[in-house]
Amino acid sequence: MSNAKIGMEAGPMKSKKVIPVRFGEDVGPVIPNRHIRRWVAVAIVILISLLILQSMITNPNYQWSIVFKYFTASSVLSGLLTTIELTVICMALGLFLGMILAIMRMSPIPVLRVAAAIYVWAFRATPLLIQLIIFYNFSALYPKLAFTLPFDLTYSLNMNAVLTPFLVAVLAFSLNEAAYMGEIIRGGVLSVDTGQSEAAKALGMKANTIWYRIVLPQAMRSIIPATGSQVISMLKGTSIISFIAFPELLYSVQEIYSRTFQTIPLLIVAVLWYLLVTSVLMVGQVFVEKHYSRGYDGVRNGTNKRTVDALLNDAGGNGA
Amino acid sequence: MNDPIIRIIDVKKSFGRDEVLRGITFDVSPSSVLCLAGPSGSGKSTLLRCINQLESIDSGQIFVEDELVGYKRTNSKIYEAKESELAYFRSKVGMVFQQFNLFPHMTVMENIIEAPLRVQKRVRSEAIAHAKEMLSRVGLAEKADAYPRQLSGGQQQRVAIARALAMRPKVMLFDEPTSALDPEMVGEVLAVMRELAEDGMTMIVVTHELGFAREVGDTIMFMDGGVVIEHGDAKAVLSNPQHSRTRAFVESILS
Repeated sequence: MSNAKIGMEAGPMKSKKVIPVRFGEDVGPVIPNRHIRRWVAVAIVILISLLILQSMITNPNYQWSIVFKYFTASSVLSGLLTTIELTVICMALGLFLGMILAIMRMSPIPVLRVAAAIYVWAFRATPLLIQLIIFYNFSALYPKLAFTLPFDLTYSLNMNAVLTPFLVAVLAFSLNEAAYMGEIIRGGVLSVDTGQSEAAKALGMKANTIWYRIVLPQAMRSIIPATGSQVISMLKGTSIISFIAFPELLYSVQEIYSRTFQTIPLLIVAVLWYLLVTSVLMVGQVFVEKHYSRGYDGVRNGTNKRTVDALLNDAGGNGA
Repeated sequence: MNDPIIRIIDVKKSFGRDEVLRGITFDVSPSSVLCLAGPSGSGKSTLLRCINQLESIDSGQIFVEDELVGYKRTNSKIYEAKESELAYFRSKVGMVFQQFNLFPHMTVMENIIEAPLRVQKRVRSEAIAHAKEMLSRVGLAEKADAYPRQLSGGQQQRVAIARALAMRPKVMLFDEPTSALDPEMVGEVLAVMRELAEDGMTMIVVTHELGFAREVGDTIMFMDGGVVIEHGDAKAVLSNPQHSRTRAFVESILS
C-alpha cells in the first residue's frame, strides 16, 4: 500500500490525524487510552448524588426523626400487611383467571376466543381507578344479590353488605390483573414451538399433561419476568384504593399526617417500605427465573441437579 | 403369517380446498421398512402424521395391528375417539420429527422417561433402566444427564429415537429425520435407523436419502400431488423406475 493512499484516507478527518507507527520503527512503552469522557460523566453523576445526599441530611424539612418514629408504628405496619395481603390475593386470583383467559383465547372454539378477547379489551382499555369506583358503587347498579336455588329457594342479600371495601379491592384488582396476565400467559405459550406439543402428543400424552409438563414450564421463561413486573405494579398500584378510604399502606400514613401535618416524613415512611418490599420481590424473581431457565443457561458444568442418580432417588416427587 | 401390521385404505385429506391426499392405499408388513419419497408438498409428511392422528383424515381407514385408528366401539355403535382417547393409538406408534422436538427443559433421561412414567404409568426405576438400554442402543449412554442444548443435532435426533423407542412402539414413523442435520451427522442417525431395521422394527421413513432407501428399505413408495405414483421393491424401483416422474425425481436427487 502506497503512502499516497494512506494520506487520502486520513484526508477527510481534519481534527485528528492518525500518524501510524510504521513497521521497523521503535515501539517503546505504550500509553493506555485514558477515557477522559467516561471520567467526566462519572464525576458529574457523583457530584449530583452528593448534592442530593447532602440536602437530604442537612435539610431539616425531611424530619428524619419523625420518619424513624413512624417507620414501625403499628398502624403503618398493619397498612403494610394489608397491602401485601391484597397483592398476594389479587395476584393469585389474577394468575388463575388469566390462565383461564389464555386457554380460552387459544381455544379452537370461536365463541370462547371472542368472549375472552372482549373481556381483555374491556379491562385493559379503561382506567383501573374507574373500574375500582364502579365496583365500589356496584350496589347502585345491582342493589340486591339473589341466588335462586332448586325448590324455589331464593337467597337475597343486600349488595352494600356483601361488598366490603376489601372485597371491592379484591374484585377490581384481580379482574383487572386477569386481563393482563391472560395476555402475558398467552404470549408465553405462543413462544413455545408447536413441535413441542406435537412431540408430546406423538408420545401419547394427554392435553393436561402436555400443558403442565411440556408447554407451561417452557412458557414460564417468558411469563416470569413479565409477571414479576406485574407483581411490583400491583404492590404499588394497590395504593390507589386509599381513594376509597381503605387502610392499606398509603392510606394509613395519610391518616397520620392528616392529624400531625408531617406530610413529607410520613410519605417517606411509605416510600421506604415500598422500596424494601419491591427489592425483596426482585431478589425472589431472580431465583424463580433461575429455576425455569433449566436447560437453557443453567446447564454449565456442575449446575445440573437432575442427574439420573437424583431421578432414581426422587420417590415420585414430581407427581409420577 | 405376514398379515400387514398397517393397512391404509383409500385415505383422503384436504386442508381447506387443497386436497393433500387423494385416496392412498397400501399395506406394511411386520418388520419391514417402507420408504416414502417424492417432491415436497406431495403429501408424504401429512400421510405419516395421519397414521398417528396428528392430523385427522377426511375419509378412508387406517388400521394399526388390525385396529381402526381414531375410532372406538361402544355397544354396537362406532364413535369417533375423543382427543384424550387418541393417546391410546398414538402410544402404539413412535414418531421421530425432522426438528427432533426434544423437550429443552428436561435432561436426556427426563425426556426419555417422561412418557413411560406419565402415560404408561411404569415404575420409575424400571423406566430409568429401560431408558438406559435405549440410550446405549443409540450409542449415547454417557449423555443421560445432558440437556438437549448441549448435544449436536445428530445426537439430539438419536435421543429422539431413544425417546420414541422407550414407549415400546409396534411401528416407528420417521418424518425426514436427517433433513435438518449437518451433512457429517446424517450418517450416525442413519446407522441407528439401520440397526433398528435389522432388529425387526417396522418402520415408515419419509426421506430423500435414496441410498438409505436402497440399502435398508424393503419397499419404496413415490408420491406426487397426493397420489402414489409408484410402489414396489426398493432396489427394483430405484434401479429401474417405471414412471417418468419417479425417474425425474430419482435423477434430480442423485445428480
